[in-house]
Amino acid sequence: MPFEGLVAACLVYVALMFAIAYAADRAAERGHVRWLDHPLVYTLSLSVYCSAWTFYGAVGYASRSGLEFLTIYLGPTIVFTGAWWGLRRLVRVARMHHVTSVADLISARFGKSNPLAAIVTLIAVIASTPYIALQLQSVRLSFEVFATDGPNGAALDDGAFGGTGLWVAAGLALFTILFGTRNLAADERHHGVVTAIALEAIIKLLAFVALGIFVVWGLADGPADVLSRMSRAAADPQTAEGWVLQPDRWTVLILVSAAAILTLPRMFQVMVVEAADEERLHVAGWAFPAYLFAMSLFVLPIAVMGRELLPAGENPDLYVLTLPVAAGQDMLALLVFLGGFSAATSMVVVCAIAVATMVSNHWLVPAWLALRQIPAGDEADDLRSFVLNARRLAILAVMAAGWVYHQASGGTAALAAMGLVAFTGMAQVLPAMIGGLLWRGANRKGAYAGIGSGLVLWMSLLFLPSVGIGGPLPVPEGMDAWAATVMLCLTLNTLAFVGVSIFGFPDPVERLQGLSFVSAVEPIRHSRMMRADDRAEPLLAMARRVWGAERALRYFESEARSQGKSGYLPDLTPRFLTRLERRLAGSIGSATAHAMVDRVAGGVALTVSDLLQVADEAQRAKEETQRLEAARAELARTARQLREANDKLTALSVQKDAFLGQISHELRTPMTSVRAFSEILKDPSLTAEERTRFAGIIHTEAGRLTRLLDDLLDLSVLESGRAQLNVSAANLHDVITRALSAASATRSERGFLIDRDLPSEHLAIITDVDRLLQVLINVISNARKYCDAVHPVLIIRVRRPEAGGAVIDIVDNGSGIDSGRQSLIFEKFARLNDPARAGGAGLGLAICREIMLNLGGEISYLPGQGGAAFRILLPPRPPVQAGMGQDVSGTVSGRLEG
Amino acid sequence: MELDILMIEDEPNIAEAVRFILTREGWRVDLHPDGAGGLEAIAQQRPRLVILDLMLPNRSGAEILDDLRAAGDRELAATPVLMLTARGQAVMAGGQADAVLSKPFDNEDLRAIVRRMLA
Repeated sequence: MPFEGLVAACLVYVALMFAIAYAADRAAERGHVRWLDHPLVYTLSLSVYCSAWTFYGAVGYASRSGLEFLTIYLGPTIVFTGAWWGLRRLVRVARMHHVTSVADLISARFGKSNPLAAIVTLIAVIASTPYIALQLQSVRLSFEVFATDGPNGAALDDGAFGGTGLWVAAGLALFTILFGTRNLAADERHHGVVTAIALEAIIKLLAFVALGIFVVWGLADGPADVLSRMSRAAADPQTAEGWVLQPDRWTVLILVSAAAILTLPRMFQVMVVEAADEERLHVAGWAFPAYLFAMSLFVLPIAVMGRELLPAGENPDLYVLTLPVAAGQDMLALLVFLGGFSAATSMVVVCAIAVATMVSNHWLVPAWLALRQIPAGDEADDLRSFVLNARRLAILAVMAAGWVYHQASGGTAALAAMGLVAFTGMAQVLPAMIGGLLWRGANRKGAYAGIGSGLVLWMSLLFLPSVGIGGPLPVPEGMDAWAATVMLCLTLNTLAFVGVSIFGFPDPVERLQGLSFVSAVEPIRHSRMMRADDRAEPLLAMARRVWGAERALRYFESEARSQGKSGYLPDLTPRFLTRLERRLAGSIGSATAHAMVDRVAGGVALTVSDLLQVADEAQRAKEETQRLEAARAELARTARQLREANDKLTALSVQKDAFLGQISHELRTPMTSVRAFSEILKDPSLTAEERTRFAGIIHTEAGRLTRLLDDLLDLSVLESGRAQLNVSAANLHDVITRALSAASATRSERGFLIDRDLPSEHLAIITDVDRLLQVLINVISNARKYCDAVHPVLIIRVRRPEAGGAVIDIVDNGSGIDSGRQSLIFEKFARLNDPARAGGAGLGLAICREIMLNLGGEISYLPGQGGAAFRILLPPRPPVQAGMGQDVSGTVSGRLEG
Repeated sequence: MELDILMIEDEPNIAEAVRFILTREGWRVDLHPDGAGGLEAIAQQRPRLVILDLMLPNRSGAEILDDLRAAGDRELAATPVLMLTARGQAVMAGGQADAVLSKPFDNEDLRAIVRRMLA
């Protein structure tokens, strides 16, 4: 298998993990958590226990020490099957107290003590660093197996693979930061990560079982053959030495691995923190041991076959890979490789999340808080972003530490040894954890003594020797040195914890927390001390900020009255404080309410987890407020739109009434003359002149009626936008000349001087020429009719703007139009002057405006020009009319109708 | 000679028709063609009847009527007024007018109303 192919397979695999994690996170955000919360997903995520150490190292372990590897599986199995009620209780208590890590659990139990949590975090960091290094090492080794393309290939230059660990560490850091620090929920659950890890668990299991089947039925001749080979191996004096069953070692190993499943940061993360509730332990109680059984079933056969088939110098830790590679099973080898890869990556990701949470919550945030004041409500945001960034930083630091350790150690140590060092380190937390859960007498001083002594002993007797500093403890003959050392550490740890606890006295908060943990009941709010009344004033001020003055005052007054006091400052009884807090919680969330009331009423100092909850609730409240605000704005917008629509309709209705009244008036006026004179004409005594004159009046008035009806129809068509435009090209000069000559037909008693700038008028225009002519005639006629100058002059100026088209200004030297009525002249029936002289119905300018709108331009009144001044804007082309196939030569429908 | 009717009407053709009809009946009719100066014309000419158009330029017939009724000279204020209106609903325009006639009208109606008012 080429190296590039392997890298490609890895990249595809990693991309798949990113996609799964992203999809699961998105589903969780949308509230589709049913399948994410399935107990099987939970169970599979627990398999993060089976790291690369288990995947590769178990076979190596078995080949060196026979059945002893089983202890690593037996410990967790016992915890899950035999003691699942204890697990259940652990999960319940942890969820009840919103515990975010094993350090947080210990701290919460022992009086919310942060120094204690900081010590546990220290153990976790020291223990996890080599463990992460181990995973990087396994990935690097498995790469090398492929790259040398054979079990005995010469070790390649370190430069070729030295980068592997770095790339893996960097990629995993990215994944962890992306999916491990997406938000800062109080429950600290990461659906994306958990789902990806559940999938990795399946790949791990498939790979290992496939390899086992291949080994048992492909390389050997079935189970019977394997069994006989195993007994032969056990009889071999060379191997028998390692295969001797040592009861003391077994006991300690089972104890340590049982402790590991409870205390390892990554196990606590998936088992307790990511658990939605304790019910899923019903399924996990049998399913997880079954998973472990399946993972362990083929360990011994693979070890035995590896020893028999592979050369003596081959690293037993890599039998799972070298066996299929040597057998030429490339696809199987690739599957196994991916299995090991997934085992390593899932461990690193979860471990990094868990340790980074501890580092940020118990090291960085307290340090930050120590440098600042306790955040008030508006600083919660600040805190939130700090916590997220601290966590990201911690993830990078944890990854970097693992990689540095991996580089420094040179990758020579046996895989199993590094894993066991981590197991024994975290096991030092176990006495305090179990004691805290089961024994009310356990107290903080005891926990300090136990964990502290455990840390010191483990560091000096187990961790430092494992990195080559100092030697192992001298033990009596006949005892296993490692087992004895571990037992010594744990025993002294437990003794110190129990002894100091017995002689120490827990403080009240600690006692209450102890009761809550041991009895697994909801934590009781510690009763607050009664304070002097001067504390009630700031409480009222705070409540006023939340509720507003009137409501806060009313509430405080009623509380005071119920205490038999006058005024508005009640005694700060625990009852009142609890009631106030509960009421405030309805407005600002319980943690914030608790924190605020405590701060003002002088309660206990806030813990980090309190502050995190404050930050979380502040964020949620903010989002809720934003959502409400958006909804409110939406409603307001809708209401405004409705109001506007209603106003518009009302205005339209009023306009319509006014318009109908106007039409009525304009129609009745000529009809009155027509009717009156036609009746008069029936009179036989009229003179001939009278008859002629009256018939003339009737004719004129009938014409006026016709024009009015024409105008009304024209306006209606123009306003509806259904007017057909007959677009053609023309010279603007010619159009103006035609307009002037047509308008001169208008009766005017006076001479009228026209001032034109002829050269500038020669502009090519594309428009409906007849319509433009109509507008020009109307405006010019108006000037002729209304210009009140003694020597009327009409100035016409034309220019072409940059955008094309034309601007036509028509200005007379009369007194113009009052500024108050300028805005009215384009309205229908807005006839301003003496109608007797106008003879029109006041629709002219309204029609002009509609025409110009239809032509895509506009007509406006230019104030301050001396006389009446109109500006006509003509666009380069009229707009294409919606729904009407229109071109320069006219419309199709127009031709058909025409 | 006493003026029988003063007509305040801006439409020249309607004014001519009304004047022709009423003159034929033997009444003396005079015309004021604008809202502006209408009240002054009434006060000056002291007609026995005012025919007042509702829609007048510069000053509406309703305003002139209000001013007339509010005049200090009680005899002047009591001058009978026939309101002519081209707005459909004559009732609305009526107000303090003694009679309302909506345009277009029947010539015979005009004659009858004026005859009764001058009687």
